[in-house]
Amino acid sequence: MNPDALIGGFTDAPVQASHAFRAALNALSRPGQIETLHGASAPAPLSTAAATLAVTLFDATTPVHLAGTHDTAALRAWITFHTGAPLVDAGAASFAIGTWAALQPIQRFAIGLPDYPDRAATLIVEMPTIAKVGARLTGPGIETEAFLSLPETAAFKANHALFPLGFDCFFTAGAQVAGLPRSTIVGDI
Amino acid sequence: MTDQAYNFAYLDEDTKRMIRRAILKGVAIPGYQVPFASREMPMPYGWGTGGVQVTAACLTPDDVLKVIDQGADDTTNAVSIRKFFVATAGIAVTEATDKATIIQTRHRIPEAALTAGQIMVYQVPIPEPLRFLEPREVETRKMHELEEYGLMHVKLYEDIAKHGQIATSYAYPVRVEGRYVMDPSPIPKFDNPKLSGNAALQLFGAGREQRIYAIPPFTHVVSLDFDDHPFSPSKANHSCDLCASDTSYLDEVITDDQGGRMFVCSDTDYCATRRAAGHIGALGGQTITEKAAE
Repeated sequence: MNPDALIGGFTDAPVQASHAFRAALNALSRPGQIETLHGASAPAPLSTAAATLAVTLFDATTPVHLAGTHDTAALRAWITFHTGAPLVDAGAASFAIGTWAALQPIQRFAIGLPDYPDRAATLIVEMPTIAKVGARLTGPGIETEAFLSLPETAAFKANHALFPLGFDCFFTAGAQVAGLPRSTIVGDI
Repeated sequence: MTDQAYNFAYLDEDTKRMIRRAILKGVAIPGYQVPFASREMPMPYGWGTGGVQVTAACLTPDDVLKVIDQGADDTTNAVSIRKFFVATAGIAVTEATDKATIIQTRHRIPEAALTAGQIMVYQVPIPEPLRFLEPREVETRKMHELEEYGLMHVKLYEDIAKHGQIATSYAYPVRVEGRYVMDPSPIPKFDNPKLSGNAALQLFGAGREQRIYAIPPFTHVVSLDFDDHPFSPSKANHSCDLCASDTSYLDEVITDDQGGRMFVCSDTDYCATRRAAGHIGALGGQTITEKAAE
């Protein structure tokens, strides 16, 4: 095993995980708001924010899908060591990590069941940057309107149309994270 | 065993991760009750085990916690939960609504407006608004799936048929973002308008019933009603006898066996703040500042 897999976890898990969760909760409950997430570091290409989300939310009960260039031996070993999460195909995943292009086709991911819409995937979308410009967002968590640099709008409009079904997204870049739950109404850029 | 034997905020990290994932899904689907594996807590069911688990999963060491029970900071349930988190998380506590970052509540929303950084955590006894109309979980789940909420309107209609008005005065059902009908926990219907468009994130935890649900900030929440019987938040037609507030929700307190009674704010922090600012009600006597000056 590559010794890199053993390092990069939280040094004080209860406290660091609590701060990380609050950042993730703020991001998801206020779409368009950009939060800082740090504390964990994983082998490239996983960003700090995505690595921190992984150690905060993943465990042996959450199947994880690594998409495209994120599906490396080093990253598989790191996630397995730090979280114990089983690595699976897209359809069975409760979490997925990858670039937006690598996560396509997006229809592969669980959108929940009509009677259990919570059984849906959460996508951690790695981005080069995130900024408060681009697609117009409205809906729960947003007072009037917000803007977020989404990779596209069509897929998120289609996802919202499925509400209460649909996947939920975290966008990560470096130590930054933004959330986009299925409840958000995505407008045009 | 010492206090250090507890993990931060009592729960182990596996449990907190599970609760945190449920909270995130609850936020993504406003008003939908997310099942979660509720744990045994060192207090009986009905004392806020759901709220305590949600609070424990959200707490960071920087938080300032306020706990209220029917609006009061100084009642048994509020005091014991506050002590529990001081002992197991070592966090700061307050009674001031504006200084708190997390407010755990049993059956009230504070009078003071909440702000964007705050999280409200509600203790919920029965999360399913349809439960007293339909006892079978498979059926109520199907009703939520199909948005089949006619039964709830029949219940409100029967109120009107029997009493001439909608007699439901607490746990008044609401519809969240035009989709899920939700039980706002047994808050008085006076508080229902504050659920909608609130700047704070509102989380609901039901320990015995193992459900977590959420209302994100600035979410549209409507109390169910009829065109000819619109929803009206109600309170005792009186002003507070301690602080003279005309707008706060009041408790009626029996003061003797001769029919004596007084009306006081249910929100103790709101009432004390007003008295400190010099407002005196009919039975309020001296203000706190005057007393201190003596």
